[in-house]
Amino acid sequence: MRTPSRSTSATSTTATGATATAPTSMREAFGETMSELLDEDLSTVLVLADISRQYFRQAEAEHPERVINVGIREQLLVNVGAGLALSGLRPVVHTFSTFLVERAFEQIKLGFGHQDVGGVLVSVGGSYDVSSGGRTHQGPGDVALVDTLPDFDIHVPGHPVEARRLLRDAVAGDGRVYLRLTEDSNAQARPTGSMSVERRGARGSVIAVGPTLDSVLTATEGLDVTVLYASTIRPFDAATLTRTLGFADVILVEPYAVGTSAWHVSQALRHVPHRLLSLGVPRAELRSYGSPRDHQRAHDLDAAGLRRSITDFLDADTAAR
Amino acid sequence: MSSPTDSLTADQTHRRTPPFSFEDLPGLMSLQTGDEKHGPAATSTLDVLWVLYDEILDVSAAALDDPARDRFYLSKGHGPMAYYAVLAAKGFFPVDWLAGFGGAHSRLGHHPDRNLVPGVEISSGSLGHGFPLAVGTALGLRAQGVDSRVVCLVGDAELDEGSNAEAMTVAGSFDLSNLTVVVVDNRSSSHGWRGGVGAHFAVEGWIVQRVDGRDHQALAVAMRRTAATVPTLVVAEVEDQS
Repeated sequence: MRTPSRSTSATSTTATGATATAPTSMREAFGETMSELLDEDLSTVLVLADISRQYFRQAEAEHPERVINVGIREQLLVNVGAGLALSGLRPVVHTFSTFLVERAFEQIKLGFGHQDVGGVLVSVGGSYDVSSGGRTHQGPGDVALVDTLPDFDIHVPGHPVEARRLLRDAVAGDGRVYLRLTEDSNAQARPTGSMSVERRGARGSVIAVGPTLDSVLTATEGLDVTVLYASTIRPFDAATLTRTLGFADVILVEPYAVGTSAWHVSQALRHVPHRLLSLGVPRAELRSYGSPRDHQRAHDLDAAGLRRSITDFLDADTAAR
Repeated sequence: MSSPTDSLTADQTHRRTPPFSFEDLPGLMSLQTGDEKHGPAATSTLDVLWVLYDEILDVSAAALDDPARDRFYLSKGHGPMAYYAVLAAKGFFPVDWLAGFGGAHSRLGHHPDRNLVPGVEISSGSLGHGFPLAVGTALGLRAQGVDSRVVCLVGDAELDEGSNAEAMTVAGSFDLSNLTVVVVDNRSSSHGWRGGVGAHFAVEGWIVQRVDGRDHQALAVAMRRTAATVPTLVVAEVEDQS
């Protein structure tokens, strides 16, 4: 194990895989739902590289040929997944986002993309989830990297219930999916699919991605803005953005590399004069440890920081006119 | 090492219609390259490929999508003229395609693409991907109770890529008896393999066989499926890279 394993909750899983209580984290939701899917569908296969193995002891015992742990070998992890897809199975490939997307990027590009086979890549620990682990365990660039590849759906759930639903849908399909799970989550689950409209306003639109929503809602309290929520960021839901757009000021809040989806907003509004503010994790390496909250604060992604950035942006426009 | 292909040139064979024999392959390669003769590097895989498609693999152009077919993964996708020649000879695509090799309107690139060429099971070119993919497919076939095998061809220099070490160790650990790796060894690895390539696989529990990579009978014997319960490595030794 590269990091101390997180404790599993008291949630019990029955022999049939039905869960007794709601999962308390996205990672737990993954463990439970993935185990259910392995029970339900013989074409589903899970590939691990030691990480999160503690969630799959029972599944491994029950389905030894469909729960494959390759050890600490991420290049093999991804290409074994692709090779399983070539044999006709539906692979789910899992580890920390840094090792899955960054270390094994060419395997994703060629094993899944160039071969043109389907699979579900599920990561944990994105961005600053493992803040105390330092840069080796932080990967804010994962979504941007996957976004360079054609035909990948990218989901950034903001709640364990959303994670569960998105995983089920992803496994039921046959495409290429990147499902990004984090420790941070919102208090309430939202519907998955197209963007949901959380709040209507006239002064501009704020797009909150995944676990940033609660902070965005607090930050925009009393501001006359529309707040949209996206747990699916690829394909980008340009239709909801343009349909609900009032004044063409757009603020994009992503919990990973700043500006990752800016080009989609620009594309959606290419015929509309508009302003765009992108908020997210900056390129500069934050050489400090601490908690995810500390990192949010340092990146101005906490409610106070977001409010500062958003009001500055809106005020600057008012001043200019 | 004596080589049956040494004496073969395009002059001797102009056959352009099936059935093709091994002697026709240099002519089919010439259609791609425009060269009358091919050096050892271009033909290093030719004998292995021919024996596989002629005698070993349970695969045919008529059953391209049969889930129970044997899988052949050309991991060393560089220099695929011999591969295309064998596939054309075995009817996977028309011989006409060969002349366009590498052109804008050809399906035959300098590295093969499974989405463009019937019979090509994996798209390769970047080294060190085919073997790990083969491990995944062998695991997948085993999980589905399909009794076919996966044969993967790598080069000895390709094994420099660390991804192969991951695949070698895990295939041995998982007793992947439905997997055969054939390394065409022309000793082109910059730093070589101490004790030979095979020694490294043997340590990881593979059955290792060394054969003359130009001797069809020896290749057939070595590559034929056995009752082994572990994966098999065939080291096919050919002339040094010139």
